[in-house]
Amino acid sequence: MNRTGNASSPVDSKKMLENVDPNVSTAPRIEKSRISAVRTAYSENAAPVGSVPPPASVKGAITTGAQMLTGKNPAVFINKLGERLAFERTGTRLYQAVISRYDVLKATPGFPKLADLKKIHGDELAHFQMLWDSLVELGADPTVVTPGADLAGVESTGLLQVITDPRTRGAECLHSLLVAELADHDGWEMLIDLARSLGHDTLAGRFEKALQQEEMHLSSVRNWMTTIINNEAAA
Amino acid sequence: MSLDLRKEKGISLSDQKFDWKDLVRLPISKLNDDAFTRVRVILMNGIEADALRFKHICGRMNKELRPHLAKIRRVEHFQQTMVNWLLPPDQSPLETTIGYEQVAIEVTASVAQHEPNPYLAQVYRFGLLEDFDHMYRYSALMDRVEGKDPNNILQNYTDVIPGRPTAVEHRDPQDDLRDHYDRTNAHPLSKLHAVTIMSAEYQTHDYYMNIGPTFADPVARQLYAEIAAIEEQHVTQYESLSDPTESWLEKWLLHEATECYNYLSCASYESNPRIKSIWERFLDYEIGHIRYVSELFSKIERRDPAEVIPDSLPEPIKFESHRDFIRETLKNEVDLRTSGTQFIHKDQETPDSPSVIYRNQLNSKGIPSEIVADGYQWRPGTELKVYPKAA
Repeated sequence: MNRTGNASSPVDSKKMLENVDPNVSTAPRIEKSRISAVRTAYSENAAPVGSVPPPASVKGAITTGAQMLTGKNPAVFINKLGERLAFERTGTRLYQAVISRYDVLKATPGFPKLADLKKIHGDELAHFQMLWDSLVELGADPTVVTPGADLAGVESTGLLQVITDPRTRGAECLHSLLVAELADHDGWEMLIDLARSLGHDTLAGRFEKALQQEEMHLSSVRNWMTTIINNEAAA
Repeated sequence: MSLDLRKEKGISLSDQKFDWKDLVRLPISKLNDDAFTRVRVILMNGIEADALRFKHICGRMNKELRPHLAKIRRVEHFQQTMVNWLLPPDQSPLETTIGYEQVAIEVTASVAQHEPNPYLAQVYRFGLLEDFDHMYRYSALMDRVEGKDPNNILQNYTDVIPGRPTAVEHRDPQDDLRDHYDRTNAHPLSKLHAVTIMSAEYQTHDYYMNIGPTFADPVARQLYAEIAAIEEQHVTQYESLSDPTESWLEKWLLHEATECYNYLSCASYESNPRIKSIWERFLDYEIGHIRYVSELFSKIERRDPAEVIPDSLPEPIKFESHRDFIRETLKNEVDLRTSGTQFIHKDQETPDSPSVIYRNQLNSKGIPSEIVADGYQWRPGTELKVYPKAA
């Protein structure tokens, strides 16, 4: 029985309410609160999470130099490429985690076929490899954790926890995959725009193929989720 | 950078003050700071945690010392807070774990090479190869579950290859105890080493015990349960190196000297000036603690503190890669086991050896460290990166 709500403690919850004065408003205004002051003070003095290193090769240095002369900041592109690479790599492991528990998760009516999950897994892995090669072509070091990659890792932590929790089932795992695919889809769109603005049309072309695959992933995961939820509601 | 403990005044206890803003500083950068800055932060958290631990246990047994212990312990607590809060929030618990093992490996390697007593040096080399294997297993976990490259934390300073397999590290408690140094004739460095490595392992055990259950993945939960058990064994091992006939005050003095030694080592090597200033400040605080405890020692035990702590501190711990030494040790000693306090070759273990019986029981339903790292070989960019095969 879920004990978190007040209704599960009819006697004690009344005693808790004895401490509540309805005439007192305790919710602080967010903008000018003391909490805001502490957060602002630390933020104002904080250095960024990290930096994007200079190009790892001579070719990269030449490309970077040329772009900076036109007023563009190629470090932004490298940062986003690194972020996408980290996301695809963790995404591959997310799908592996779901596949590794397939024998249990398939019991959920409407759960996708194993072959469909493996297809998406294969796509994510291919995207990771393609991004790695793209970074190398640009003269960048693909082993670097860019600031974007680092924070993408922090964001993904919750998704991994849900998917690897033995207590979660089909709908819960698919929800985590949905969150991942939504971020993935928009991440690719932004990367394509960035690539085109910097004149990397060949790369943008490759990224557009990846985006088409991500659109299918997102649509599939949405459909699976909708089917499962409707099944559960009708049961 | 050397230090003459007779001449340095440090900062007196009454001037060792903090406020919350001072205590909670901006953390180091996981990406931009040198891996050894992280190593030093983790090490000094361990040293300070043991400073507190020792002072609490000492207080349980020594009523007369309680006010003095409480006074200094309060400062040690705040030192620990400032140091440990330097770890950045974007560093996941598993990434911090890799950092912890890098501390165990590189600091123990430095200690093992400079330890004057050959038996004690063997103990450190023995433990080193086990922490080295832990890092390999945790690296496999990070790669295969999180999809991250552990080398981003290690920054190429430390190899990621198997050590003495964790599966065979499980020993009967009697095979974890070692012979202790003799306090009357041991080199002062031997004593500082023993406290340093014991402190590091104790905090590692506590850390794994705290974070193990925060992982949802049962593979991770099992691995942390297994390796935490070895860390408890390591604490037993290193703790047994200290002479139990040292008095409480003697041990207290030694602990303060160890804290000085470690802060001095950190300050000598620190590349981040903001962090270096913390090591220097706390070195001055520890000198103040030594002054205070030395007076107690003289007054209560009527002994000269110079009997216990050296006039000047030895050469600092070397915060650098010890790759060649570790590879050599691995080649020569990976097959060592223990029988009581002595080291034996694995062929000398028999099926009825207490450790074999113990290990077989624990491993009887599967071995987490073998499962997680099955076939694992580290490569840049993680296992998922396919490299062309060599021609």
